[in-house]
Amino acid sequence: MKAQRRVRVFEWLVTLPSLVWLLVLFLIPTVLVFAITFKPATPYGGIGSGWTLETLRTLGNPNYPAIVWRTIWLSVVVTALCIVLATPMGYYMARISPRRRQMVLLLVILPFWTSFLVRIFAWKVLLHPEGLLKQLLVFLHLCTPDTSLLYNTFAVLLVMVYTELPFAILPIYAASEKFDFRLIEAAKDLGATSFRAFRAVFLPGIRVGLLTAFLMVFIPSLGSYVIPDIVGGPTSEMIGNKIAQRTFVDRNLPHAAGLSALLTLAVLIPMITITTLRRKESPKDALREEGV
Amino acid sequence: MSEFLEFQDVSKHYGDVKAVDHVSLTVKQGEFFSLLGPSGCGKTTLLRILAGFEQPDTGRVLLGGEDVTDLPPYERKVNTIFQSYALFPHLSVWDNIAFGLKVAKRPKKEIKEEVAKMLTLIQMEDQAWKKPDQISGGQKQRVAIARALVNKPRVLLLDEPLAALDLKLRQRMLIELDLIHDEVGITFLYVTHDQGEAMSLSDRIAVMKLGKIEQLGTPEEIYEAPRSSFVAAFIGDTNFFDGTVAEPLEKDSVLNGFLAAAVDKDYSRLKIEDFPDLECFNDKQIKEGERVFLSIRPEKMRISRERPATTPHLNIIAGTVEDVIYLGSQTKYWVRTGDYRISIIRQHSRFLLDEKPIRWHEEVWISWHADDGFMLEKYSAQDENLIQLPPEEVGENPPSLNGADLAGSATAQ
Repeated sequence: MKAQRRVRVFEWLVTLPSLVWLLVLFLIPTVLVFAITFKPATPYGGIGSGWTLETLRTLGNPNYPAIVWRTIWLSVVVTALCIVLATPMGYYMARISPRRRQMVLLLVILPFWTSFLVRIFAWKVLLHPEGLLKQLLVFLHLCTPDTSLLYNTFAVLLVMVYTELPFAILPIYAASEKFDFRLIEAAKDLGATSFRAFRAVFLPGIRVGLLTAFLMVFIPSLGSYVIPDIVGGPTSEMIGNKIAQRTFVDRNLPHAAGLSALLTLAVLIPMITITTLRRKESPKDALREEGV
Repeated sequence: MSEFLEFQDVSKHYGDVKAVDHVSLTVKQGEFFSLLGPSGCGKTTLLRILAGFEQPDTGRVLLGGEDVTDLPPYERKVNTIFQSYALFPHLSVWDNIAFGLKVAKRPKKEIKEEVAKMLTLIQMEDQAWKKPDQISGGQKQRVAIARALVNKPRVLLLDEPLAALDLKLRQRMLIELDLIHDEVGITFLYVTHDQGEAMSLSDRIAVMKLGKIEQLGTPEEIYEAPRSSFVAAFIGDTNFFDGTVAEPLEKDSVLNGFLAAAVDKDYSRLKIEDFPDLECFNDKQIKEGERVFLSIRPEKMRISRERPATTPHLNIIAGTVEDVIYLGSQTKYWVRTGDYRISIIRQHSRFLLDEKPIRWHEEVWISWHADDGFMLEKYSAQDENLIQLPPEEVGENPPSLNGADLAGSATAQ
């Protein structure tokens, strides 16, 4: 009993740093953001005293639903594209020789050595009417000289997929590397085609990686504002742009906090619902459901 | 019982290593056939060629008269039991077994019935909803068998299926495999490096070495009449005497001259350095002057305190007991004569407590009939490597043998 208690104390001690981290850098700021939503704004960009529901009223701005909707569907499409591209990539990286794998891994990480902003400006140069990519496409008659590649939703989508792709590749690769590829052989042996084996055995085998990739791409996508700001136009504004605008231009912190809180809830509520629903399922049903 | 499964001149190489070297082989319907050999001998590659995971460089594979060489794995009516079991970890026992039937789009009712039958066969009805990591090694093994058998394959391929189990479990699964083979009556192709497994299960065994079949026969044939010193050493224990074939035995020393004319050519004298001459059965008509290994199984030798009576073709040698191991049903002796340390097994068909057992340092006589020894070609240093290392380690140690198995496992991953 005593030894058991000592183990428990030890477990608490080693968990403590991450708990403190979560508390100071995540939980307290989140609570603050929610709290500031209910504070009045001062004309010089500060936070007034007392409590008010003023912000909740201004959040009813008729422009917002369209922006929120765009933010969500853009993030969903970016996440889906990233996972669709990253899954074969992860599979490929897990199958090649360790030497080549190091090379490919380096190539995946390489973009991180350049500043995020520089890379986005590079895309601006590429997509610019006088840019290399545009000129090439026109030369190949793939687009007319007056089609714009920049300042639209397409540009935002393209650059977001480009930016987030490594965050999908890395967790999917990590899961694929641990995957026992003899299972694919076993599935084929039992009559499954390559595609069936991939779908029925490989994908469930890397589902933790897929879920991580989903979170790693979807959540930052929801909050992105630099990319739509630089390569996007007025028709591709995302909620992140509005938050930035309220913070830096209008200097209305409670309003910005309100939008942030809205975003947080938009992510948290579906996630909590999914996890609680999954937990309620009996393990037996979960097993049946995962069957081929 | 025609030729059901046929390998015709099959070869496969990985880089410079010939994993399978022009192997031709036929297996009968319903047969329990084993491919036996040390790691890197090509047995697993041969199995993978039949399963469709490897393409042979040359040759054809015929199954029931149909050429399956170019068919992908999923179109072959064979199923494999993998050494690692390769159960799908995200699926329950039930779903693992049902996998093949679901892929084949069989009606739901039929799937339920067939899976239930299999669960009964492997006695795991109450574990159907457990996942592979919740069951024991032996149970995993049984699920792997059921998962393969439920598809009613024409040939069941077993790739070292018992290697991952401990000794006790291995012995039990050995019996179960035998029972299952009797029950389902399909052809089993069994790959193993364990001669004990192969001997106890198989109708026929192909002993393989360096991509070639060294000997093919029933377990009795292979044990009692090994064709090479490699086979003799790999299958069971044996004593080797390194000698030179001398003249055939004279007529008058053979069976009182009665059948002499007919048999005298079959026996030769063997000269061994610093050792008495031995009489040997020379069925292969090995010529005078050839260097050979004489192989005699330990249980074919007799050990006694008194010198046995001289009879025709009985070799009698004196020696000193160096080691004795009492094993209950039998006793193992090591007897020193000159440079040789000879191992002898004595079965206790009748063990008398008042009989004084032979002990260390006693002077004893060893005897055996010339018919019980085999003169075989001497094995090479390479053979010696293959035999002396425990079979599991062979593939890892000598660099010359690495390729085949490494390449095999690299593609398997």
